[in-house]
Amino acid sequence: MGLKRNVSLGTGLRYKGGGPMLVFVLHRIGGLGMATFVTIHILSSFFGGDIGQFANQIYENWVFQIFIFFFVLFHAINGLRITILDLWPKLIPYQREAIWVEWAVFLPIYALAAFVILRTGLAGG
Amino acid sequence: MASKSRNLSITGRGLTNFESIMWVFTRLSALGMYALILFAIIGALIMGARNNMNMADVLRWGFMPNVTHVASTDVPDTAPFATPFWKLVASALLLVATAHGVHGLVVIADDYITSEGGRKIVRLLSIIMMVSMSLMGLYIIWTS
Ligand code: HEM
Repeated sequence: MGLKRNVSLGTGLRYKGGGPMLVFVLHRIGGLGMATFVTIHILSSFFGGDIGQFANQIYENWVFQIFIFFFVLFHAINGLRITILDLWPKLIPYQREAIWVEWAVFLPIYALAAFVILRTGLAGG
Repeated sequence: MASKSRNLSITGRGLTNFESIMWVFTRLSALGMYALILFAIIGALIMGARNNMNMADVLRWGFMPNVTHVASTDVPDTAPFATPFWKLVASALLLVATAHGVHGLVVIADDYITSEGGRKIVRLLSIIMMVSMSLMGLYIIWTS
């Protein structure tokens, strides 16, 4: 296995993978972020207490919601793109086009939900 | 090989080890979560979300159809959202998402932890995490 890669973090960050690289990174951050969020959310709901309440207060904050919703929605829509292309591998040559379609689906849904969260947030709800 | 594998069917690519079975599971669970989430969103709309919930609330209920997720909305009566039926849907989503998420963490860890011993520890921790998160989640769903 190619386990000895000898690639520094700096080189990794300078890798110019373009759109597909960007969605991979966002998908990974989103997956990690959701796993962290869901874990803390389950723990705080299960154990309650002061720390639990503190965690749930952060989650109910609209700034946090705008942030987490970006990653949840992105992971879900990008995940559907990955699934479709992987189950029908003949489509893989069109992955760049698929990624454009993905942004076209993601942006309006995210913009609408972010607008709703922002409006309720600013109204003090 | 690289150009050919694309033309093979899923089964033709060989489901021989745990990793490749989980590769398929990750994709099928993605579709499964889509089905459950859409189902919960449609259910919420039928139960009156159109008038009493905003889009963000509906999506939050969709991602985890637990009654606590409608507590802060304008829904006058949350009882229809707390039926055993929705608790079953929420449980299915919880179990599928936990398995998917925890295995995803293993995939990420494997990219950075490459020694055999390290990977064994990662797997042990992942099993503990999966079982405990599933049990705590089920407890929360069925008691809320
Ligand atoms: C509709 C919901 C979801 C869809 C469609 C989805 C789809 C996917 C797909 C297709 C992958 C494989 C990516 C790859 O192999 O390159 C993946 C990875 C992953 N997912 Fe999800 N997922 C969803 C929900 C979740 C949830 C709720 C969590 C966390 C609790 C999660 C955590 C992860 C993690 C940690 C990975 C590994 C990321 C990586 O390898 O970089 N996902 N997801």
